[in-house]
Amino acid sequence: MSANLQFDPIRLPPECDALRIEVRAFLAEEIAAGTFDPHQPGHGDSYNRDFSRRVGVKGWIGMTWPKQYGGHERSQLERYVVTEEFRVANAPAHLHFVADRQSGPILLKYAPEYVKKDILPRICRGELCFVIGMSEPGSGSDLFAAKTKATKADGGWRINGTKIWTTNAHHADYMLGLFRTSPASKENRRHGLTQFLVDMKIPGITVNPIYQMTGQCGFNEVVFDDAFVPDGHVMGEIDGAWKQATSELAYERSGPERFLETFYVLLELIRALGPEPDLRGAEGLGRLVAQLHTLRRMSVSVAGMLQAGKEPVVEGSIVKDLGTIWEQKLPGRVRDLAAFLEPEVVNRATLADQLAFATMIAPKLTLQGGTTEILRGIIARGLGLR
Amino acid sequence: MAEEASNIITEAAARIFADFADPQSINKTEDGAWKGPLWHALSEAGLPLAWVPETLGGSGASLADGFAILGVAGRFALAAPLAETLAAGWLLARAGLKAPATPMTLAPARPHDQITVDTDGRLSGRAIGVPFAQDSQHIVVLADGRKQRLIALVEVKDCRLSEGRNLAGDAANVVTFERVKPLSSAPAPNGFDQSALMLMGSTIRSVETAGALEAILSLSVNYANERVAFGRPIGKFQAVQQNLARLASEVAAALAVAGSAADTIAQADAFDETVFLEAASAKIRTAEAAAEGSAIAHQVFGAIGFTREHVLHRFTLRMLSWRDDFGSESYWAAELGKHVARGGADEFWPLVASR
Repeated sequence: MSANLQFDPIRLPPECDALRIEVRAFLAEEIAAGTFDPHQPGHGDSYNRDFSRRVGVKGWIGMTWPKQYGGHERSQLERYVVTEEFRVANAPAHLHFVADRQSGPILLKYAPEYVKKDILPRICRGELCFVIGMSEPGSGSDLFAAKTKATKADGGWRINGTKIWTTNAHHADYMLGLFRTSPASKENRRHGLTQFLVDMKIPGITVNPIYQMTGQCGFNEVVFDDAFVPDGHVMGEIDGAWKQATSELAYERSGPERFLETFYVLLELIRALGPEPDLRGAEGLGRLVAQLHTLRRMSVSVAGMLQAGKEPVVEGSIVKDLGTIWEQKLPGRVRDLAAFLEPEVVNRATLADQLAFATMIAPKLTLQGGTTEILRGIIARGLGLR
Repeated sequence: MAEEASNIITEAAARIFADFADPQSINKTEDGAWKGPLWHALSEAGLPLAWVPETLGGSGASLADGFAILGVAGRFALAAPLAETLAAGWLLARAGLKAPATPMTLAPARPHDQITVDTDGRLSGRAIGVPFAQDSQHIVVLADGRKQRLIALVEVKDCRLSEGRNLAGDAANVVTFERVKPLSSAPAPNGFDQSALMLMGSTIRSVETAGALEAILSLSVNYANERVAFGRPIGKFQAVQQNLARLASEVAAALAVAGSAADTIAQADAFDETVFLEAASAKIRTAEAAAEGSAIAHQVFGAIGFTREHVLHRFTLRMLSWRDDFGSESYWAAELGKHVARGGADEFWPLVASR
């Protein structure tokens, strides 16, 4: 393809403005009611069943999905507005977010009708937490080296093995996981994996927490011991998961969550600098604003392409590569710019607190959902180098 | 429909650049003999005065079409005052002044330069880094009068020019106005100030830079696929692939932010806060991409890319020079930072999410 990158300047349509006002009002009410504190990221539980149900009532989960499955048939751009407003407010949306972003679309594409009718409406109501089962103790970025087996049994499959780094598995209702149904073939090392929908409440599944360096428990080890999955929970082609993997990537990688995860430190910096910053503060802040604005316009542009039915896999990977590196560096930049602030700055304690948290979580930002190195490999392939 | 018309215009521009100003061909010549035929062909196609309405002597293309032409010009690292003439014509049109059919440039080209109008309508002041001034016949000036701002058309021969070149060897002159009598002048529209002119110039440079970045990405990828070292094309090495992926990301960022700023100006009624965010960000981010992208492209090409014979410098040095025109990235970053700080934390996200 070589250098045929496209990032059209998308103008958000008027319905997005109205929606944004509605979303902000809803979040303001939730904050006022004490559901969450937008200034304390990482302190509260980002997982809140009651909150997700109320989001479902508003119609903001499964927004783009068909109405017959509980969706709302709204545009990718409207979904974009909801996602970014939730992120910026640090709203506790973890319960439904993965299902909304990527599990639901996979079910829509590959699940049998009875499964879609059963599960999708519950996702839309904010009742279901989904997790992704890809990494294993011996394979991470090398996705197609996965060993956890699904063996054919009467009416379904028996799963044995271990998935790891499974975010939210301790809360999860369902997993979409990749399991080995055949050995890799000589011609194609990616052959032999199949995607399954797994009910996390069935016997034979143990979830062991793994504590992160921040002290939080965000991800887990999930051990399968003869867990039974019915035939109807096979998603797509047996042994052919590799054919299905790529198109979802554009959804997973290009959203505002890929550059806004440490946004709160930038807001706190603006508070700390005050209305008349010195030249160093102003110049540093301005650069960060320009970079953020650029990332957002790129991300909106990809949402526009998704809305137009395109599969901007390379563009999505670029947004995630630039976005995650930016959000990872942001705490360091803010720390530099805050270094010479007057001691009496009112929000000094809050800023220090947020910087500590953002600095601790920063290393994961370029690992989760596809590492920098993997993303650049995808971009290089798009350039015609592989 | 609009998109089709745009394609026709950009294809016509690309054909002219390829025929008369192909970087590979003109890089071999020393004398600049290509410039006359190029300008003639551009003029025949109505491109230099694209932003001037037909009633004022131009071809009346849309702002979007003009920006599209400049993106193509960037892809050719065009060493002729096309962008400057477009902008000068656009500036004249703001004041309802007729545009001459000559190569033009505009002043001031830096935020802190000032040209003033004397009581008798003559212009005084100094502008540095005026692009292509010595290759132009006219300069369009935004000048401060006691009561209002004026837009004025001035003959280059009436000004004092000092010899000067940018990194790429294009003329960039200090222009001194010593009680220069304009050929014509009229008041600038209400609210149109020097900041607005700098934002327009910055967006133009951003669009050109994005085009030049696209070109060096394409050159670099092709070279990496051809050049063999250690028994295979260097593009097969992961270290090189990772660098080229980073270059692609810089190109993407530049294209996105410049395209967004151009689209914003094309749609806007005034140089408001949204235009400011878009255009200032575009200048900052494309300048960063120019520095980052140039370094990577030169790394890919190795020593051959550092020769005068190779075309790479036509793109990289031009982009690096464009960073200084109409406000550097440092200047705009400080302006943007001050603006955001004045608005305060609560106004910040609504500003970012305004479009």
